[in-house]
Amino acid sequence: MSTTTEADTPPNAAAKPDSVVTGTELTRRYGEGETAVDALRGVSLDIAAGKLTAVMGPSGSGKSTLMHILAGLDKPTSGEVYIAGTKISDLNDTDLTKLRREHIGFVFQFFNLLPMLNAEENMTLPLLIAGEKVEPGWFEELVGKVGLKDRLEHRPAELSGGQQQRVAIARALVSRPTVVFADEPTGNLDSTTSGEILTLMRDSVDSFGQTTVMVTHDPRAAAIADRILFLADGVIVKDVAGATEHDVIEAMESSERK
Amino acid sequence: MIRFALRGLAGRKLRSVLTALAIILGVATVSGTYVLTDSISSGFDKIFTSIYQGTDASITGKSAVSQNATMDLPPFDESLLPRVRNLPAVAAATGGVADDSTNLIGKNGKVISFGFAPHLGFSVDPSQSRFSSLHLVEGDWPGAGEVVIDRTTAQKKNIHVGDTLPIEAQGAARPFRVAGLVKFGTTSFDIGGATLAGFDLRTAQKLFHKEGKLDQIRIARKSGYSTEQLLDQIRGILPPSTQVRTGQNQAKQDASDTKSFTDFLQTFLLAFGGIALFVGAFVIANSLSITVAQRAREFATLRTIGATRRQILRSVLYESFAVGVLASIAGLFLGLGLAKLLFWVFGKLDFTLANTGLPLHTRTIVVSLIVGVLVTMVASLRPALRATRVPPIAAVREGITLPPGRFARWRAPGSGVLALLGFGLVALGLFAHGLSTAGILFAMGAGALFVFIGVALFSAQLVVPLAHILGGPAAKVAGASGVLARENSMRNPQRTGSTAAALMIGLALVTLVTMLAQGIRHSFYDAVNKIWATDYAVTAQNNFDPIPVAVEKPLRQTAGVTAVVGVRSGESRAFGATHSVTAVDRGASRVFHLNWKNGSQAVLDTLGRNGAFVDKNFAKDHHLVVGSPIGLLVPNGQHPVLRLKGIFDPPNGGSPFGAITISSATFDRFYTKPQDLFIFLTVKGGVNSATTTRLDHALDGFPNAKLQDRDQFKKNQASFLDNVLNILYVLLALSVIVSLFGIVNTLVLTVFERTREIGMLRAVGTTRWQIRWMIALESVVTSLMGAAIGIGLGVVLAVLLIVRVDFLVLAWPIGSLLVFALAALVAGLVASIFPARRAARLDPLKALQYE
Repeated sequence: MSTTTEADTPPNAAAKPDSVVTGTELTRRYGEGETAVDALRGVSLDIAAGKLTAVMGPSGSGKSTLMHILAGLDKPTSGEVYIAGTKISDLNDTDLTKLRREHIGFVFQFFNLLPMLNAEENMTLPLLIAGEKVEPGWFEELVGKVGLKDRLEHRPAELSGGQQQRVAIARALVSRPTVVFADEPTGNLDSTTSGEILTLMRDSVDSFGQTTVMVTHDPRAAAIADRILFLADGVIVKDVAGATEHDVIEAMESSERK
Repeated sequence: MIRFALRGLAGRKLRSVLTALAIILGVATVSGTYVLTDSISSGFDKIFTSIYQGTDASITGKSAVSQNATMDLPPFDESLLPRVRNLPAVAAATGGVADDSTNLIGKNGKVISFGFAPHLGFSVDPSQSRFSSLHLVEGDWPGAGEVVIDRTTAQKKNIHVGDTLPIEAQGAARPFRVAGLVKFGTTSFDIGGATLAGFDLRTAQKLFHKEGKLDQIRIARKSGYSTEQLLDQIRGILPPSTQVRTGQNQAKQDASDTKSFTDFLQTFLLAFGGIALFVGAFVIANSLSITVAQRAREFATLRTIGATRRQILRSVLYESFAVGVLASIAGLFLGLGLAKLLFWVFGKLDFTLANTGLPLHTRTIVVSLIVGVLVTMVASLRPALRATRVPPIAAVREGITLPPGRFARWRAPGSGVLALLGFGLVALGLFAHGLSTAGILFAMGAGALFVFIGVALFSAQLVVPLAHILGGPAAKVAGASGVLARENSMRNPQRTGSTAAALMIGLALVTLVTMLAQGIRHSFYDAVNKIWATDYAVTAQNNFDPIPVAVEKPLRQTAGVTAVVGVRSGESRAFGATHSVTAVDRGASRVFHLNWKNGSQAVLDTLGRNGAFVDKNFAKDHHLVVGSPIGLLVPNGQHPVLRLKGIFDPPNGGSPFGAITISSATFDRFYTKPQDLFIFLTVKGGVNSATTTRLDHALDGFPNAKLQDRDQFKKNQASFLDNVLNILYVLLALSVIVSLFGIVNTLVLTVFERTREIGMLRAVGTTRWQIRWMIALESVVTSLMGAAIGIGLGVVLAVLLIVRVDFLVLAWPIGSLLVFALAALVAGLVASIFPARRAARLDPLKALQYE
């Protein structure tokens, strides 16, 4: 089904050659009439392959909305989203779900592991859902990378927060998606554990070339990114390539002053 | 706190309604039963009151043996009527005869019959219209060779005044001219689908084989005399074996048969309502436990702002009280609808019940409300206590679980012990000697209750192993949905166990009755195979009504027939108790092969004028040996003395013989209206189509007589079991439906609880259909658990009974059991439709942000 849809989709002129996710003139309006809220007011962007892109901004800036739209979880009020060359506005729910299944991995703030499955089962859940086999070599490498070799039989309730988020990261990576979206991945962790998780995410980009988009308001998290987009009031106010934590904080303050 | 509880209910409408449904259905059964039976019995009261409207006194025969319906009492000589008329206190009197198997033959040659309603025949006396409750609506009253029939039957079967209508009573069918149509009473009131046929007295007497006799004299009092004076004068001339009653008492007496029928119906239906409520209690307890767990944070917040445990307890109990009251009221009125529906269903089946609208007596309201509220409150007690144990700290913690209760670790062994205790009590009731009937019933009833509660509580222990077995195929076939369904069903064994247990109860009872019916059927077949050597049998079309003995004559005259043996049946008193008497014709030795303890096959043919045989238990109970005298008292007051000629050992599956069996010739001398229950035949060369055709032809004059070969006879006689089973299935289906609402409820609550998980699953690529299947398969795994435990329990209980009861043999209704398992599977799928759709429709984004 998805193949026919892809075939129907015209080649995307707007996308850059190395872009895996593209958004053009995205707007998102919640509600109607006088109480309507514009979460996005025209955002265009390309996510480059093999890079870690951070999306920053204060709460209410529209960064979560942008991520949900880019990940195919929400639809824009206007504008177009292309994921791996497919225009998603034309897809029905099943095709969109299958597109997410194939091309997108998620890391959530609250981990969202299934409590009745053990770590290994949680990691391989996307493959189970897609009806695919686990590649033994790849899975071992992944387990080694997230450092949970001796925790595979444990249920989420028997793991620390950091360990749970590692399981979640392995789950996002296991199907080698086109892009991983991480929504405040350190938002529910203490600072030491946050550091470890950020290192792991950077590592997955460097070792596996995993395209990653991370929404965060933690300057430390943004500092590991290859590119940082600053959002305020539903528009991109700044787009910087790589920055230290200090630069990020300055950039944030300047963008908020605007 | 009350306002808080009510607000809580309103805020969780769907959950509250789903919880209440279980109680609504149970209460509806109770109130529906009362309404239905009240309506029927007041209908019958109306009929009998109107029959005796103009009657101050009534004379009937008197049975020396028992109180029978008027038309089954021995009739008395009609010479009594003129003597009654001559009494000074009598203004008018009329005599009549009646018969309850006066079959009208339709245009298709078959007996006109509506359900199980009787075919009433009687004499009419138009000269004494003050006594008549019949009104002529068309034509004339009948003369010789004529009949009046009820308008309803005439309309249904397109019969008109002037038509010729064959009628079969105690002899072969004869044609009658329809002289007129009548209706009963002043309203268009239906007597429960009965067909009515009225004749003039002489014709009726002949037709019913009561020449020169009367069944009843009805008398009107002359003004100036009191009823007491009237009765006194009548008593003065009353011959023995007759009795006199006031019209009112006679109406009551006539109604007593139907009264015991409606009483039985009421108890019977209430029992099933009770079962449904019992299942409903499980469903409610389970739903409330889940809701309380989900509201842990809410209770904790209340605790932090100063609510005491007692206040939390009260708030939950108020809530269930409100649910109980509202559900009981709803159930009460749903019961009215249920009664209406049942009347409609009976009507569609041509089984019109006397129906006087939908009376809602105070008793119905009171019982329904008390039972509904009580069951709800009892079921909510444990969840309410659990709610009080939520610590205030739960308000600020993510993912708090309720602390286990003090007795949690005793739950598994405790429930096991309870179940075993229950089995012990059932066994005690079955096998212990010297218990009174009440003791036995109490032991078995309490035992069954303990078994069900114990097994239901214990079922949580069975969830994990059963989920592995039942979920295996699901995981294989349905991939991710199957695996997740299996794992989900094991997440909270307590919850899955309780949900399955509700279904378990219904299925255990269904299995039990099926096993018992199969046991009876096989033991009956076995008995037929052992003692019946008959080639053919003749019974009434409905397999159980008696047929006129006149049927025997044409059969005897058919070529190739070697023996025709009718089996008569009647009541008698002997050794201080009422016993059934049967009678057989000479030639019985060809038809029956009995296992004789004393005597031989020859006894069957040589009973003579006073010979009798009995079964070995009767002989033992009354210390009888061959040659012992048996003093009998028959209904007309005569005292024949019989000699015991033989003692036989009946097969466990029963025999056609009553306690005492005599020759037909003797029977016909002492019983006024001999009828055959069965007629058995042997023929030259066994069953073949030529003989069958000849015999069918011989029965032409008797449309109500049905010829069947031995195998057909076996099946036909056992067919009532299917009817009984079907009725029981329908009634038990109610508790199964209640338990299905339990499954729906658990699934809906579970979907609420797992909203975020479902959001995550959708985000990482699970399709809506996969979500649907996940919920559906979890439901199926749960329902199959209920089926596995229920069928298992039903089998165990059945085996206990079968071991104890002689006339039951162990026979496996494998087909039925498979159907039950399949039905459970389908039921699981059906129960999942609504919750699965809710789950699949969740917006993944909103679901992910759900708390």
